[in-house]
Amino acid sequence: MSKTVSLITENYNKYNPDSIDEYINIGGFTGLKNALNMSSDEVINIAKASKVMGRGGAAYPLGRKWEQARSVPGDNKVVICNADEGEPCTFKDRSMLENDPFRLIEGMAIAGYTVGAQNGYLYIREEYRHLQPKMKNAIKQAKEKGYLGNNILGTDFNYDIHVYSGAGAYVCGEGSALIESIEGKSGRPRIKPPFIKQCGLNQLPTCVNNVETLAIGTALLTHGAEKYLSYGTAECPGTKVISIAGNVNKPGVYEIPFGLTLREIIYDIAGGVPGNKKITLFQLGGASGKIGPPSLLDTPYAYDDLHKVGLVIGSGAILVIDENMSVLEFLKSIQEFFCHESCGKCTPCREGNKQIAHILDRLLAGTQKDTDISTLIRLAKLMSQASFCGLGETAQSALLNAIRYFPEEFGLQ
Amino acid sequence: MGSIATPEFEVLNSELTSKIDKILSENEYDASKLVGILLDIQDIVPKKYIPMDVAAYVASELNIPLTGVYDVITFYSSLSDKPRAENIINLCKSIVCRTNNYMDLQKSLEKILGIKVGESTADGKFALQYSACFGACDVAPAIKINQDVYGNLTEEKLEEIIKRYR
Ligand SMILES: Cc1cc2nc3c(=O)[nH]c(=O)nc-3n(C[C@H](O)[C@H](O)[C@H](O)COP(=O)(O)O)c2cc1C
Ligand code: SF4
Ligand code: FES
Repeated sequence: MSKTVSLITENYNKYNPDSIDEYINIGGFTGLKNALNMSSDEVINIAKASKVMGRGGAAYPLGRKWEQARSVPGDNKVVICNADEGEPCTFKDRSMLENDPFRLIEGMAIAGYTVGAQNGYLYIREEYRHLQPKMKNAIKQAKEKGYLGNNILGTDFNYDIHVYSGAGAYVCGEGSALIESIEGKSGRPRIKPPFIKQCGLNQLPTCVNNVETLAIGTALLTHGAEKYLSYGTAECPGTKVISIAGNVNKPGVYEIPFGLTLREIIYDIAGGVPGNKKITLFQLGGASGKIGPPSLLDTPYAYDDLHKVGLVIGSGAILVIDENMSVLEFLKSIQEFFCHESCGKCTPCREGNKQIAHILDRLLAGTQKDTDISTLIRLAKLMSQASFCGLGETAQSALLNAIRYFPEEFGLQ
Repeated sequence: MGSIATPEFEVLNSELTSKIDKILSENEYDASKLVGILLDIQDIVPKKYIPMDVAAYVASELNIPLTGVYDVITFYSSLSDKPRAENIINLCKSIVCRTNNYMDLQKSLEKILGIKVGESTADGKFALQYSACFGACDVAPAIKINQDVYGNLTEEKLEEIIKRYR
């Protein structure tokens, strides 16, 4: 029996994603209609009851985010859909844009109604520029049919969606950097406070949600929270769209109930490791996510269970590295990514990443100095505490877990 | 080295100007759309870059400082102020492509094109550059030529793909 499920991804391959009529035929926009028949408080209560955590990486509870956004005063607010999807090994949002663009549009409209916004912005990474016409087409058709625009479905709710492109900068996935980018500037993060929920895009109250989170919003309003809660475990209900890749036989996007073990996901769903090679490590949540050793493969894929052993769900990426690559080689590759993507605004991240790269080079060459390991640990901790934004704060997640789970690689045993 | 990046002055002829005007008006001369505007313009400039006179033209048409335009061009890795080529080949070297041996792809590409990563072919057809993950990890190792993604590549497949752009 297949271990995958289909709720958030229920429409994949069920309709022609270029046709709003086909979407409507399979029940599309029922969620928006239901929402418009409720008060925003009722919608927020459904989001709260479902216990959905944001899927962009930070796992902020959706109900709480919408409630806060709703209660900020102001009659001109903004919803941003974050389709920057920059974490290496993450490609689940791409699958949503490709297969079910209307569900996302519907989710953005539901979010807009709930928080009291007039405008939605869809920020798509440059790497997915080829998907822009599809999204623009979906928005155009939704406008023609009265699901966007003025007096949506005969109510006094007015809402429009605008598409913006990134241009190749991972840091633009960070909310305030993304906003800078939509304002036509370089994407360097802003200082907080003010928080973007009060003062974001063009100084307006702004609610930023991930693609998958908004797609879940559509599912919740279409089928009710009970349906979502019927999946997963008691402590961690629901489903998650994962993207699994690396050294696995069947890389791809799958929707799973929370609570499967990592072993089930890697071996039963993704077909195991080519050539039955041994696993060196796995990484959850992209480059800024945490890594674990094969001894943790029986951990259930659920927020609390993973948290107990120092792992995260993050974006939902699952990367499998086989015995052909060592822990240090892996860390070096991740480090290159962060050196390239650091925006350079603050010293801990700009310089820390470079120095850590040098030390990793020496470790790989076997030419490390006595003090290198202690410097490495000090820098990694300093970056996580003193960086200006989430990029620098989480860049060393993999390294810190490597020191915890693979101390021998650093001569620490 | 392949071609040497010679500075080109006065790229902005009347034909290009009218195409740029079209892009600007499609974007309602809205300076907040600068990032997307520059990407669209870069696509139609020969050798896929933003020349100085084009940057200056955009700045004056949008009524923003030239430094604001360069702030954007130099920050984002998909924008370039140096001439590149008709087709930009992005070779992903992030972790999934690495663990699926992008290095073999690099060797094949360098052999087929006769250039190294970071160079352009002498005929101005291809520029080869590294890229961070572009979300095609399910078909790693992957390359992106302009906006088209190709994955699960072998040398034979590569040759056939490159031919289509020659
Ligand atoms: C450096 C950095 C990159 C990020 N990249 C993304 C991204 O690509 N997509 C995304 O949805 N969230 C990303 N985030 C998280 C967002 O800042 C934000 O938390 C998220 O979009 C909120 O949506 P959610 O509550 O629905 O998860 C990133 C954060 C940081 C610090
Ligand atoms: S932590 Fe890194 S990415 Fe974030 S502001 Fe500092 S330098 Fe820029
Ligand atoms: S790691 Fe190469 S496309 Fe994602």
